[in-house]
Amino acid sequence: MGARAIRWLRSNLFYSVPSSLATLVLLYIAWKLVPPFFDWAFVNAVWTAPQPSVCRSAAGACWAFIVEKHRFILFGTYPYDQQWRPGLGILIFLALYFVSALRVCWRPWLAWVWLGGLTLIGVLMWGGVPGLPYVGDGSWGGLMLTLILATFGIAAAFPLSILLALGRRSNMPAVRTACVLYIELIRGVPLISLLFMASVMLPLFLPEGLTIDKLLRAQIAMVMFAVAYLAEVVRGGLQAIPNGQYEAAEALGLSYWRKMLLIILPQALRISIPPLVNTFIAFFKDTSLVVIIGLFDLLTAVKVALNEPAWSGYGMEAYLFASLVYFVFCFSMSKYSQRLERDLSRGRRHILRED
Amino acid sequence: MSAAPRTRRSWSLYDLRVRAILYQVLLVLAVGLVAWFLVSNTAHNLETRQIASGFGFLKREAGFAIGETTLISYSAADTYLRALTVGVLNTFRVSLIGIVLATVLGTLIGLARLSHNWLLSKLAAGYVETLRNVPLLVQLFFWYTVISDNLPGPRQALSPVSGVFLSNRGIALPVLHAHPAHVWMAVALVAGAIAAWWLTRWARRRQALTGQPFPALAAGSALVLGLPLIVFLAFGAPFHLERPVLRGFNFTGGATLTPEFAALLGGLTTYTAAFIAEIVRAGVLAVDRGQFEAAYALGLRPRRAMRLVVLPQALRVIVPPLTSQFLNLTKNSSLAVAIGYPDLVSIANTTMNQTGQAIEGIAIIMAVYLTISLSISVFMNWYNKRIALKGARR
Repeated sequence: MGARAIRWLRSNLFYSVPSSLATLVLLYIAWKLVPPFFDWAFVNAVWTAPQPSVCRSAAGACWAFIVEKHRFILFGTYPYDQQWRPGLGILIFLALYFVSALRVCWRPWLAWVWLGGLTLIGVLMWGGVPGLPYVGDGSWGGLMLTLILATFGIAAAFPLSILLALGRRSNMPAVRTACVLYIELIRGVPLISLLFMASVMLPLFLPEGLTIDKLLRAQIAMVMFAVAYLAEVVRGGLQAIPNGQYEAAEALGLSYWRKMLLIILPQALRISIPPLVNTFIAFFKDTSLVVIIGLFDLLTAVKVALNEPAWSGYGMEAYLFASLVYFVFCFSMSKYSQRLERDLSRGRRHILRED
Repeated sequence: MSAAPRTRRSWSLYDLRVRAILYQVLLVLAVGLVAWFLVSNTAHNLETRQIASGFGFLKREAGFAIGETTLISYSAADTYLRALTVGVLNTFRVSLIGIVLATVLGTLIGLARLSHNWLLSKLAAGYVETLRNVPLLVQLFFWYTVISDNLPGPRQALSPVSGVFLSNRGIALPVLHAHPAHVWMAVALVAGAIAAWWLTRWARRRQALTGQPFPALAAGSALVLGLPLIVFLAFGAPFHLERPVLRGFNFTGGATLTPEFAALLGGLTTYTAAFIAEIVRAGVLAVDRGQFEAAYALGLRPRRAMRLVVLPQALRVIVPPLTSQFLNLTKNSSLAVAIGYPDLVSIANTTMNQTGQAIEGIAIIMAVYLTISLSISVFMNWYNKRIALKGARR
């Protein structure tokens, strides 16, 4: 055992002079950084504090701040006694993600599951039905709002992006030009400018008397943004389908829409799933930008919690926690996408070999 | 008999060409209608709110101060146009420095991830996975809070390297004391670069004609580095570092990066470096092992094999996504507005709040970013055409 360990060390860490030097330098840096961080984050940390003053006298991290504010960070300003509703909503979201990740569930009925789940969440959050008092979307917030913005955004953007991608590959010059212009325009500007547009310009565009609330405006901007990026991914999938598939579908006498729906899109979407998941990750991270136009998402909740004078000065803890929450979602999506890519490419190789 | 159906068919809705024209006419009509609807609403709303549209406001006095300026001076008495120009220059400043730093850091981390050293490659992988999966905005807030809340005041400033001070007022760095010689050194550098470029061309042509190799790389490097060095020595080697000194409550002398700039630059650099690292890694992995082996079999030494065989192929894979990362970094610099660095978006936002010229403000932001994006993609297309495999089918 000891001999094996030494052999492993020699072949992986100390196999040459430069490599040994690099290992030693890295170990020295780790020795300098890791123990103090460990002390700060765990040994000297305060986990519960009846008063904020307990944290002030401690040498380590003040996780008590997170413990104290966790309801606020998760649910924002949603009425306190009703917060089981967004709590249940988060669980429904997680269930939806889980079901969609299973390949046996990639069937047409999945679209209905999503429609049902999202409707359920809408009813749960707004209420206004017997037993659930009405809660306006102005008081939604926290992690729940982040999930809403990300999930509803993708759910709305995805079908539109397929249309846009088909339009971009259309034979009709006017359709193609319109789609190319839209995609390039949106991809050329930062998301913030679209969010600003939604928050200050959209009210000017609408006829007098008609107003759209802030959340919906931001959601529209995010959808407009996501559509352009998703369309490019779907286009990549469409381009990867060999011409023979198009020609075979035409030879069978299928119309354009039947050809696309029955032959091309099922194959194209399947191969574009890994890059689609990567786009979802980017979009999930981008929802944090709504802090700039004052929507109450996870990041805003953390910032507002920090504004309370008694708890101010714990920004490091607060943002590390926010990072951790985002990380858990994004990292699991990215691992999933990597595994899927491996599985799908293995499947394709398998099919090729059978041919 | 045969003529009648043909004329009828050419106007039939079942004719795909007729339908295509019809769809396109409908699309153009729909887009036009929506545009007309929005424009007329906007015109009406602007009229009722008594906002004069147009860019006349750009000539008015801005009346707000800007924390930091690049290249041109600015005071609150200057016009909005000048304020926005300062914003554009600030965007360029942070983006350009960020692009250079992120490329260097990203390349190093990408190569580290390919290293055979287990510790090094695992650390690089951990860096990439962590930074990529946390929103940039959270990272910016984190860096900003670390600098402005957690670093000590200037009197207790940390000094990791002599002459560099980290405090909650920002990062104080030593700068080179300006001397006329430095301008001439820059001139010599440009002259050296032009001469080296010409020399390389000449060497390549001669090698193609006669087969005689010429050490163009060594001679070129000597020209590029040697000419400025000769100028430097001719002026008597004027080298004097101006160090920041604590005076009263803050540092004077040297250069100070404000907390906003430091947080934005640090955040953009480390975040983008994670993506660049993956691009570099993928690029190197994309070159087939056989290419190395074939190069060695031809008798090329490792460095020449790398430079002549592997690198050109890796770059073909690396450069396109790399430029799109540069573009992302530039677009992401707009997050500056959240931590108060006066970039274009931040200043345009202030302008919009003060003047109510929302449409014009957003149009300016979009126009500037679109110009940057389009120029980069024009460059990209040119570059791709240049490096594309001759006769390649893709």
